[in-house]
Formats: sequence, structure tokens, C-alpha cells
Amino acid sequence: MTIDQVTLLPLYAASGTALLVLLADLLIARRAVTFGALALGGLATAVCAIVVGTRPPTFCAAGECSWVPSPVAVVTAVLFAGLTVGVLLLSVPALREGAAPPGEFCFLLAASMTGGLVIGYSGDLISLIVGLETLTLPLYVLVGLRRFAPRERVSTAGASASITFFLISVVSTAIALLGAALNYAATGALHLDRLVDGSGPAAAVAQVGVALLVIGFAFKVAAVPLHAWAPPTYEGAPLPVAAYLSTASKLGGVLALAAIVAHLDAGAITAALAVLTMTVGNLVALRQTRMVRLLAWSSIAQAGYVLAALAIGGQGVEAAIVYAVFFMILEFIAFAAVVALRPVASDGGDLLAYRGAGRRSPWLGAALVLAFAGLAGLPPGLAGLFAKVTIVDALIDDGWGWLAGVVALNAVIGLAYYVRVTANLYATPPRPGIQVVDPGLLEAATHPRLPVARPVAAALIVAAAAAVVLGFAPQLLFDALS
Amino acid sequence: MTAYQVMLVAALALPALGAAALALLPARIAGVLGTAVAAVTLVPIVVLPFARGVAPSTPAPTGSALIRPWAELDVSWVPALHLDFHLGVDGVSYPLVALTGLLTLLCCAYTAWKGADRTLLALLLVLEAGILGTFLALDLVLFFLFFEVVLLPMYAVIAGWGGDQRRAAARKFVLYTLFGSVLLLLGVITVTVTAGTGDLVALTGGAGLGRDTQYAAFALLAVAFAVKAPLWPLHTWLPDAHTQAPTVGSVILAGVLLKMGTYGLIRVGVGVAPLGARWAAPVLGILAVAAVLAGALICLRQTELKRLIAYSSVGHMGFVLLGIATLTATGIQAALIGNVAHGLITGLLFFLAGAIKDRAHTGELADLGGLRETAPRLAGILGFAAIASLGLPGLAGFWGEAFAVIAAVGRGGGLWTTLAVLAAIGGALTAAYFLRLLRKVTHGPAGTPVPAGIAGAEWLAWSPLVALTLAVGLVPALVLAATSLPVEGLIR
Repeated sequence: MTIDQVTLLPLYAASGTALLVLLADLLIARRAVTFGALALGGLATAVCAIVVGTRPPTFCAAGECSWVPSPVAVVTAVLFAGLTVGVLLLSVPALREGAAPPGEFCFLLAASMTGGLVIGYSGDLISLIVGLETLTLPLYVLVGLRRFAPRERVSTAGASASITFFLISVVSTAIALLGAALNYAATGALHLDRLVDGSGPAAAVAQVGVALLVIGFAFKVAAVPLHAWAPPTYEGAPLPVAAYLSTASKLGGVLALAAIVAHLDAGAITAALAVLTMTVGNLVALRQTRMVRLLAWSSIAQAGYVLAALAIGGQGVEAAIVYAVFFMILEFIAFAAVVALRPVASDGGDLLAYRGAGRRSPWLGAALVLAFAGLAGLPPGLAGLFAKVTIVDALIDDGWGWLAGVVALNAVIGLAYYVRVTANLYATPPRPGIQVVDPGLLEAATHPRLPVARPVAAALIVAAAAAVVLGFAPQLLFDALS
Repeated sequence: MTAYQVMLVAALALPALGAAALALLPARIAGVLGTAVAAVTLVPIVVLPFARGVAPSTPAPTGSALIRPWAELDVSWVPALHLDFHLGVDGVSYPLVALTGLLTLLCCAYTAWKGADRTLLALLLVLEAGILGTFLALDLVLFFLFFEVVLLPMYAVIAGWGGDQRRAAARKFVLYTLFGSVLLLLGVITVTVTAGTGDLVALTGGAGLGRDTQYAAFALLAVAFAVKAPLWPLHTWLPDAHTQAPTVGSVILAGVLLKMGTYGLIRVGVGVAPLGARWAAPVLGILAVAAVLAGALICLRQTELKRLIAYSSVGHMGFVLLGIATLTATGIQAALIGNVAHGLITGLLFFLAGAIKDRAHTGELADLGGLRETAPRLAGILGFAAIASLGLPGLAGFWGEAFAVIAAVGRGGGLWTTLAVLAAIGGALTAAYFLRLLRKVTHGPAGTPVPAGIAGAEWLAWSPLVALTLAVGLVPALVLAATSLPVEGLIR
């Protein structure tokens, strides 16, 4: 077996970043150096992925390859790297305050990025599941990684979120592995391009295997009814980590599912999951009063739209990835704006805390409007509009008109809460129960305008610029994926 | 790029850039800047008709193209989604384009006079860009895109500057119309996926679409546009939105936003799926007449000024939809002129209702009264607008309603004759409720005192509408001059 080292460059860059961060923390032990190492490593990974591009697959034996650079792999590698650097930037203020040990935090983030990268490039089920685990494993720790200052009220929310996430994730991996094993037993295929639907006496076993694989991966994207872990985990995790969970970690699940549905017949179960996920996600989101929970439920609903495209099978993968990319960027903007609006290292807080925030911080308000409008699929969030059109186009093109109808109706339900949150940003302060001369002053005192840390602002600006550019030129993404 | 293509882009780009400039520049100059941008946007709109005589720069598409735009711009945007940036203007769309430009200018000037809220001005300009884009789009997906652009700005206008129950009204508006929008999305994608193109010029006449596809597409599109227009029984968002919206919001909403529904039905619904339109015409006609009658009967029971005018829109749009449903040249031309007339007259009525409510601080008909004694000029203009709205011959409202009825009679057969008779009765009821309105507001004992003076800015906002109502009434060819060819093409 000959291995083309150049093809593996993105992987070397990503894992090298993790090592570099670890060594930098060990030897130099300066926060800025550690941050710089991760940021530069992330950028290098993205550059390597773009430069190497699509080359012939490597790690091949008898025509079966385990490392397959495809356009989807390149795009998602860039996205993983970008999200990792973005989450680092969002975490910088909290890390400076000592809310978590910076070296460990950055190393775990880099390790997680490496896992995500592997999922996109993997050509067989084993690499895929190993990649998925490498993506998720550091997150168990990241979710609970929180140090408290001597006077600070200690909360165990992070630890319990971490445990929930860990237990559910381990179970889901076990299910996926069992599915892979059953499918292998029935068909003898492990490499993705050799996966076939079972035939003969073993057909039933193969089918169960496929269903278990889909269910196992559906845990990762938090598809209903396998979603219950997501809202408490997001809520308990530090905000930037919650952003990573709902973007990069979810993208890993989407890629794994795409690999399965592209080769095996899982249309029925995926469509059922899609309908449940978007409907339940949207309906429950209607009643949320806390920001992170609302974002969690909305991201569950959004995963339903991706699943709808995946239900088509191989034809729908491109649409699903397009939707996922647009969604990741918009969701990241939403989380970044929330981080910017909240005090350093605090949780997402109640929706009431955001009342009038758009008036106090017009730019952050505009970013949130862009994100929420996009998530609802409406201008000015053109990226979200094109994402919605792409999904509906793919579904109708392939004869899934009814599912397109369900997606369309869900867009209406979704708008109800996006509009509620957005209007809340511009609401005028309510009349206080006591006599005050100037209610505006009182509102300013109880809802102070906080300064935005530079790294957070930078992440927000870059993400918003990406959303606007892709909103006006979505063809860039379509070209990159084909 | 020819000068006229530049003008097409300018008509969209100017208000959009103006809105951005308003957001960035100091609030002090917002009033002047907003009005100036709205005025400058009128320049390309005025220039566009001169493109009529000019030969198209691109060779005419093969086959018998049923849309022959005066000026056209076609740039590929997102090939993966069949989306071209394809703009064009012709006789069907131009009157509405002009109406949009005019009403936006009047609304901006009025807002600037009222105190120049920067955000409101910016939203008005964004709305203008979206509405103009809808009327100018010659690509189905682009049409849908612009159709959606207006949703959130209009929501913000109602929720930000509306009356006491603005939140609920705005939410109802945005959810209801998004429901229409997603049906439009399904219809548009069904058509583009089946035909492999979103080009309206190529699609008009039902080329490349099978009968079943046309039925399905028209059903989706018709419901989508019926929500927007709105057609009874999908109209329930309208009274709340109109009543709660600020004056300029009501003017834009009634004046041009509703026209996106009727224009879409003509250009996209009937144009792309003619077989579907023929199949659904009786249902559409029955609902249209139901709207006329229901609108009129509800208006007879209204006790609030703005709500009454809002419901009168349901009746008027019923006439427009009846005209379209007949699928005859007369009917569609009646619909086109009815669109413009309703935009002018109802725009004026909402301006007047706003002026009366500002002065009297109430819109209850029971509390108003004797306006012709306390404010004779205001009463005079209100009388003019009401009489124009009830369809007096010689004023703009007459042509659309009369010829919708004539077209229905001309269509022949028991159903259409019955519909024509019922619509005519609805027309009489329209006269009844407007006269009731006048009796309550302008005549009778003086109610809440109303200051008599009319500010210069108000004259400026109202007089173009008064003049055009008269002009279109006397010379309907102003609107219809260039419509006969495209309309003949549509119904062939």
C-alpha cells in the first residue's frame, strides 16, 4: 500500500496544530502563544485543504480507499477549521479571565477539529466512526471545563451537561458500531463506495444494520426523538462551546449521515426523522424563554431540514451540505452576537435580558437580525433564503413534493419565534412599577451596554462578512462543492 | 450595458443604497436624504418608458415570446438554482412601477415632515426596492426573492410605528403572508424544476409544462397570491395590519403591496400556467364575487375609519380578481387599471384617515362628525376620495369595477352572468357604505373638534394622488396604452 503524503497534508496540519498547542502550553506557557498557535494552525489547516484540493484517494488496498479527498471534504475541512478558530476567538475573553485553563482548552479544540476533518475525508466506516469519536471526545471535557473564581458561585450545570452528553454519545456510538458490524456481516462491505443494500437471506440483517447506523448518527445531529440531550447540554456548556456543539459537532453528524444515505437505502427512516425533527424542534422552540435553549431547539429544527435533503439519498447530499454550511455560518453569528451581548464567561441568560439590546448596540442587533432572518430563510439573511430554496429545489426535483411542503410549513412556524426574539431586541422598556423620572435611565442601569472584546468582534465581523458574501454569491459554494 | 439597462438596475439600487446611507449617515439629515433618494429613484422610472421605441439590444428569443419587454437585463446569478438576475419592464408592469415610485416619494416626504424617523425612512426605501424588484423581475426565482424582501421590513414598520395592538397585528401579517410566500416557493420551484428554467419570458404561455404540472402549479400560486392580494376568505390579516399600521405603512400596504398579489396572479399565475388558470377560473370568480359582497357587507357594519377603509380594500381587490378570473382581454385590462386606481384612491384615503386621526385623536365614526363645518377642505378631499372609491364615472375607480362586470357578462353563460349581477350589486353596496361614511364623518352634528388647517406637506402628499385619480378617470389610456399586446398574449 503506497501512501501519498501530500494528500494527507490537511490531516497533518490539523493534528500538528494539536501537538503544537500542547507543546506551546507546556514549554512557553504563555496564553497569547497558545492562542496564536491554535489560530495559525487552524488557518494552516484550511489553507492546506484548499491547496491540496481534490487529489486521487490514498490509503488504498485492492481498489478500496480510506482517505478520499472530495469537494465536500475540502469545503467541510475549511469550515471545521474556520469554526474552530471562531470558537477560540469567542472564548478568548473568558479564558483571559481564567474561566478555563487555556492550554487544555485549545488542545482539546484542536483535537476536535482534527476529528471533524477526518470525517469528511474518510472512505470507510471505521475511519468515519473514529473521526466522529475524535470530534466528540474532547467535547465531553470542553462542556464541563469551567473554573470558578474564589468568590464566584459554583455551578455544577457544566458537569452535569458533560455527563449527559457523554452517556448519550457513548450509547449512540455503540449503536452505530453495531449497525456497521451487522451491515459488514451481511454484505462484507466497509468502504463507503462498496456499501450495498443487502440481498438474499442476509438482507434483513443488512437493513437492521443500516437503520442502526442512521439512528446512531442521528444522535449526533440531535434528531428527534434522539434529541433530548441537546438542550440541557447546550445550556450547561460555556457559550462558545455550545456554539461549537451546534455547528461543528452537528456538521460531523451530517457528514456521517450523508456518507450512509448516499450509498444505502435509508430514505424512509431519514424522512421520518426529518419530519419529526423539524416539526417538534420548531413547536418546542415556540415556548422557550431562555436564549440558549431557544437556539438549541431552533438548531434541532434546522437539522430537520438537512435530514429532509438527506432523505433523497445521494442526489440530496449536495443540497444538505449547502444548507448545513449556510446554517453553520448563521448559527455561529447568532452565538457570537449572544457572547458579545452577555458578560464575560456567563451563560446565555433569559430572553428578557435581551430586551432593547438592538437599540443599545445597533451593530450587534443588526448581526442578530441577519442571523435570525437567515435562519428563518428570509431577506436580509439571503444566505438562509438560498439555503431554503436549495432544499425545496432538491426535494421537488426528486419527487419528494410532500416533504417539501412539510419543510415550507415549518418555515412558517419557525418564523414565529425568530420574529419574537428579534422584536424583543428592539422592544421599548416596559413601564416600571415604581415612580421613576426617566425610565430610559433605569433601563440603562439594569441593562448596561457591555464593551465587546476585540477577538469576539473580529469573529463576528468575519462570520457576518462570509454570510453576506455567500448571500449575494451562493454560486461560490455550489461551485466549490462540485 | 445600454442606458436603459442601467436605469433598470438604478431603480432597484438607488433605494437600496439610500437605505444603507440613511443607516450610516447622521440622523439630522435623514428627512432630506430619504426624500431626495425617493425623488431620485423616480428618474429611472420616468426614463424607462422611452425605451419602448428602442429595439431590444438582445435578439428576441426564438418562438413567439409573449412578453416583449421595453428594456431588459439578463445576467446569470445562481445557475444551480435556475436563478438569473433578469429584469425587464413592459406595459403590464410599468403602471405599478410608477405607482410604487410615486407613493414611496409621497410617504417619504410625509414622514420627513412628521419628524423624520431615520429607521422608518430606511425601511420605506427597502420596501420600495423590494416592491419594484417584484414588478421588474422576469425570472421566477428572482420574483420570489423580491416577494420575500418586503416581508420583514413591513413587519418592522407595523410593529415599530403602529397603533396600540401593533405587535399582534404585525405578527399576524408576517406569519400569514409568509404562509403565502412558502406556497409561492413551492409553486415556483415546481415550475422551474419541471421546465428547467425560471425565465418568465420563455415560460409565459405554459411552454414546456404538462397539464397536471400546470394545475398543481396554478393551485399553489393562486393560493399564494390570494393571501397577498388578499382574496376572501384569506383576507383576515388585512384589517388588523391596515388598522394598526402607521399612515405611511397603510398607504404602502394598500397602495402597492397588495398589488404584488394581483400582479403576480396575472404575470406568473395566468402567464406560466394558462391551463391551470382556465381550470380554476370559476372558483376564482366565485371567491372574487364573495369578496366583493363580503367586503361591502362588513364595511356597512364598521365603526372605525381605518378599519372601514381596510375592508373596502377586500371588496376592491375582489373586483380586480374577478377581472382576472374572466381571462378575457377586457377583464385583465380592467384588473390592471383597477390595481392602479385602488392604489391611488386608497392611498389617498389612508393619508386622509391618518390626518383625521392625528387631529381628532380618534377614528371612531361615532365620535367624528360635522367635518365639513369644522374642516371644510379636509372634508372636501375626503368626499372626493370616497366618491372616487365608490366608482363614480370620470374618476379612476370607475373603469376597473365597471369593466370587470362587463367582462364577466361578456364571458357569457349562467355562472358568469350571475357573478356579474352579484358583483354589480356589490358595487352598489360599495356606494352605500361610502355614503354612510361621508354622512357620519363630514355631515351631521360636529363631533370631536378637528383643526381646520392643512399643512403644506399634506397638500404636497395628497395633490398628486387627487390629480392622478382625476387624470386616470378621464384618460384611462394613461394606464392601458401599452397593455393590449401583452394582455392579448396572455389570454391566447
